[in-house]
Amino acid sequence: MSDAAPRPNENMGEPFPRIDARLKVTGQAPYPADAPIANLAYGTFAVSSIARGKINAIDIEPAKAVPGVLAVFTHREMAGQLEHPKFGNAAASSIAPLDTTDILHDGQPLALVIAETFEASQEAAQAIRVDYAAEQPSATFDAQGTETVAAKEASEQFEEDVAAGDFEAAFAAAPVTIDQRYSTPTQHHNPIELFSTTAVWDGDGLTVHEPSQNVTGWKVELAHQLRMEPEKVRIVSRYIGGAFGSKGPMTSRTAIVAWAAKKVGRPVRCVVSREQSCMTQTYRAETRHHIRMGADRDGRITAFAHEGWEVTSRPDPYVVGGTSTTGRMYDYGSVLTKVSIVKADRNTPGYMRSPPETPYVYALENAMDEMAVALNMDPVEFRRVNDTQVEPIGKKPFSSRSLMTCYDQAAEAFGWKERNAAVGSMRDGDWLIGMGCATAIYPTNVAPCTVRLRLNADGGLRLQCGSHEIGTGVRTIAAQMASERLGIPMDKIEVEMGDSSLPPAPVSGGSVSTASVCSAVIKGCASIRGKLFSAVVSADGPLKGAEPATLDMKDGAITSSDGRSMPMKEAFVAMKTGVIEDYAEFAPDGATPEAVSKLYGGQSEMKGGEKGEKVKYAFGAEFVEVRINTRTREVRVPRIVGAFAAGRIMNTRTARSQLMGGMIWGISSALHEVTEIDPRAARYVNRDLQDYLVPVNADIRDLQVILVPEVDMDVNPAGVKGLGELGNVGTAAAIASAVYHATGKRIRDLPIRLETLLT
Amino acid sequence: MRAFSYERPSDLQAAIKAAGTSPDNQPPTQAAAQFIAGGTNMSDYMKLNVNRPERLIDLNKLSEPAMTAIRVDDAGLHLGALVRMADAQEHEDVVRMFPVICDSLRLAASGQIRNMASLGGNLLQRTRCEYFREVSWPCNKREPGAGCSALDGVNRQHAVLGGSEACIATYHGDFAQALIALDAEVEIASAKGSHRMPFADLHKRPQDTPQIETALSPSDIIVAIHVPAGPWRRSRYLKVRDRESYAFALASAAVALDMDGDTVRGARIALGGVATVPWRAKSAEEMLTGRKLDEAAAKEAADTAFAEASGRKHNAYKIPLGKQTLVRALLETQDMKV
Ligand SMILES: Cc1cc2nc3c(=O)[nH]c(=O)nc-3n(C[C@H](O)[C@H](O)[C@H](O)COP(=O)(O)OP(=O)(O)OC[C@H]3O[C@@H](n4cnc5c(N)ncnc54)[C@H](O)[C@@H]3O)c2cc1C
Ligand code: SF4
Repeated sequence: MSDAAPRPNENMGEPFPRIDARLKVTGQAPYPADAPIANLAYGTFAVSSIARGKINAIDIEPAKAVPGVLAVFTHREMAGQLEHPKFGNAAASSIAPLDTTDILHDGQPLALVIAETFEASQEAAQAIRVDYAAEQPSATFDAQGTETVAAKEASEQFEEDVAAGDFEAAFAAAPVTIDQRYSTPTQHHNPIELFSTTAVWDGDGLTVHEPSQNVTGWKVELAHQLRMEPEKVRIVSRYIGGAFGSKGPMTSRTAIVAWAAKKVGRPVRCVVSREQSCMTQTYRAETRHHIRMGADRDGRITAFAHEGWEVTSRPDPYVVGGTSTTGRMYDYGSVLTKVSIVKADRNTPGYMRSPPETPYVYALENAMDEMAVALNMDPVEFRRVNDTQVEPIGKKPFSSRSLMTCYDQAAEAFGWKERNAAVGSMRDGDWLIGMGCATAIYPTNVAPCTVRLRLNADGGLRLQCGSHEIGTGVRTIAAQMASERLGIPMDKIEVEMGDSSLPPAPVSGGSVSTASVCSAVIKGCASIRGKLFSAVVSADGPLKGAEPATLDMKDGAITSSDGRSMPMKEAFVAMKTGVIEDYAEFAPDGATPEAVSKLYGGQSEMKGGEKGEKVKYAFGAEFVEVRINTRTREVRVPRIVGAFAAGRIMNTRTARSQLMGGMIWGISSALHEVTEIDPRAARYVNRDLQDYLVPVNADIRDLQVILVPEVDMDVNPAGVKGLGELGNVGTAAAIASAVYHATGKRIRDLPIRLETLLT
Repeated sequence: MRAFSYERPSDLQAAIKAAGTSPDNQPPTQAAAQFIAGGTNMSDYMKLNVNRPERLIDLNKLSEPAMTAIRVDDAGLHLGALVRMADAQEHEDVVRMFPVICDSLRLAASGQIRNMASLGGNLLQRTRCEYFREVSWPCNKREPGAGCSALDGVNRQHAVLGGSEACIATYHGDFAQALIALDAEVEIASAKGSHRMPFADLHKRPQDTPQIETALSPSDIIVAIHVPAGPWRRSRYLKVRDRESYAFALASAAVALDMDGDTVRGARIALGGVATVPWRAKSAEEMLTGRKLDEAAAKEAADTAFAEASGRKHNAYKIPLGKQTLVRALLETQDMKV
């Protein structure tokens, strides 16, 4: 066992290495843009360089003159050819470029060039000249011409502004109050694997190779846009080089490229440049927060108000909306929340790792630290005073909540006791030292999921599930679950995922995959076990007459609790069969009767979080040390410790890896990540990884992940709480608190860069 | 990226000939034929459609030993223009004689880029101004007279020294700061023969012609860099940046000190990340010469160095940051054990 492969504690699975680890590190895993396809043509988009206005004229002649160009498509050819995307499920935006002369955001696709080579398509796209009727765009908050709308009126997905008790009265009466504003910037996922679409027609059937977190949803949405039967469309996405939500909803590119491929009569591949990805994909919306908090002198929070504003595009009411979580986080005496969206001339934002929690919990936890300072209380003790097993909005119990255990274990490992609470009191030579902590939280969700299991007499298992290996390790974990239930070794299990022709699985978002896939695998395995057990108890052999409930499958054999056993192979003989196949459809407790059939239609009905009789969340606590140069004020994070409790841990290696990645991203969001917008033009300015900074290896020093044992069988049959999005919640607030501790400066607007700390 | 032709001449004369003649005053960056060495800047900017050569002339096969040599003699150090950054950064003699040069190379870019990038190419790297790199923005450097998008745009990385109303793009190279501090010279081969030029004359401030970045004409080839011998073992390069590695300087300082106890016998100072060209801070050097180096003197020197600086909306912080960087660099260089 090593740091990377922690020893499993109670309710934790073995740190089995990813089954595709070798393929990935040796560069042999075939990503969608690697699919070898004969007679391929290449597509590149020309995109708008204004954010608002109209196309007066578009000159494609210079593009056509580039040797190797096969076709150039603009709104002239494409208007009316495609059904408009339906925003809200599998489509990233309702904006239908190339259908119109209207320009709604910077970087809107205006033309698609198809050529014999990638280079020719690029050169030709650059040669297209557009004459615009430009209008003054509104870039973001504070710009003239934006429109502010209450989220609950604008979006069906955002159900309510949660509230409890009489906030105003409690706030007015509170002896200690804070009233502060916080903000988080636009951020882009920038996964290392670029976005791409490869469209291949075979008669009237279409196969699209594209990195996707939702192959079934995309199949249905793409068929809708192309006016086809979903059965004729297949999405293949076996390996994905980083997703983080960016490959969750399908963008307009996919249908346009597919349409063009049909038109030119050749398969077409379009790989989007890093620069264009900023504008054609989704991103994390910038948010603003107003928090008012009142507490009594013992530190009990009597009043909590959280108001949020978020930027979105003109047509699409994308809502971040984290108040459902922040409003339930502590034992507040009263709660008042409100979320508004601000419509600007921007492309539509979307999901990015823990979409609501990252910005909203940042604001809350920064406020919590401010309140602890105002109360002159230790921030850990302040959380303890306000910890609760019953959430304040619906007064429902948490299915499990190990927050303070996480705090205590992380504090111990971090050495929180050594911290001198006085601001600016800790120093090492020319470096100021600051220490801070914050809570991580993420709702536990689960969705319907289906799998097909095919077990042969030799113990070989094929597991098919249309889920997605976005780097989380879900292929490995699904195999582990089957290995455990069927008593067969990992190397006999083959897992197929990432293909819409497989049994459908939910979108790999909201941290549902491990819970949903494992629950479906458990169901399928139970059925196979049932068939085998009933055969062996009635056939002649060592297990004849045994009670099926006493049987188990272990090490390639069927065993009974009284010590009898029979090789699995012989059980197949007893059944007179060579293969047992099961197709399992799992639906969570409380799911609607249509939930499973909706899954085939590309919709994932999620259950969990604040819904149900108990509310379901995973928790963690993160502690950081920052060092800030006394003169030049650059901030570094030499140490970070996080402790997390997330129900059953299927694999300690992949769990640690997810949480570690999340914490690093949290550091990134605190100190580095911001997509700069030129307010004059509503255009992104830093559109590549030279200027959009993320930490490099040298920035991440001592990072420790503690997996806190927790058993929670209320969440789903697998007892698993998702943890893919837990790790980057809270980190930025812990860093802001540490920066305050070191310098006495409270930075409320992210990212925290040295210019804000120079004296 | 546009289609281009590619040639690989085998000696300097052939390369100069291949570059051909070009109109008077045409900067190399706008010529039809352009040189490529490591290609880490050239190919990057070709992909962005910023550099648009019709012909690329690859210098890597030039046979003249002077282009690839690292040599030391009594006169000083000779660094061939084709030497890779990674090779110079670890060279024993360079480490011994001029730590500031090694620091400036070691702290630049990434290991992979330093393996590819040449010293000559490094000196001629073009600005990273975001508006320059995206061709749909107006930019005087790309298109003279088009206007500068950075003046009132997002200009956090832009220069506070040496700018003009036409352009405030930062010169981002690190190595150049060490060279300008140490009074280096560049050896240039041209159609007319070979000559030497003070390194300080190589780069041109933008003034009202920001498209003219250097004193070179399109067929001029940098052959080597000469650094005169000097008492500069007490020298270092301090680079302040947003992250620990692989980032351009927000502010940097190359400092070389010749000390007599606590008193400065001679000082060399250059400032990076804050100016439009490699920036020698001579007034600060003069101010320090003959003085006892302490916090107060260092601060005074820093104030002197930035006396003429002017900031805009997002880059004004570079003035206090640049000063703090220089103070830190001076005091840390003083503390060096040599
Ligand atoms: C992500 C990234 C980060 C970077 N970070 C840093 C950093 O922190 N600090 C830093 O200093 N640099 C940094 N760089 C820049 C890098 O150091 C330069 O790209 C590199 O040094 C250029 O050298 P090259 O040999 O590849 O030049 P090329 O790309 O081959 O050429 C660059 C220019 O020089 C010309 N040229 C090359 N050799 C000669 C010659 N002998 N005579 C005449 N003209 C010539 C070419 O025509 C071209 O115009 C970074 C680059 C990247 C991509
Ligand atoms: S600063 Fe210079 S390079 Fe940047 S936009 Fe202005 S003119 Fe162009």
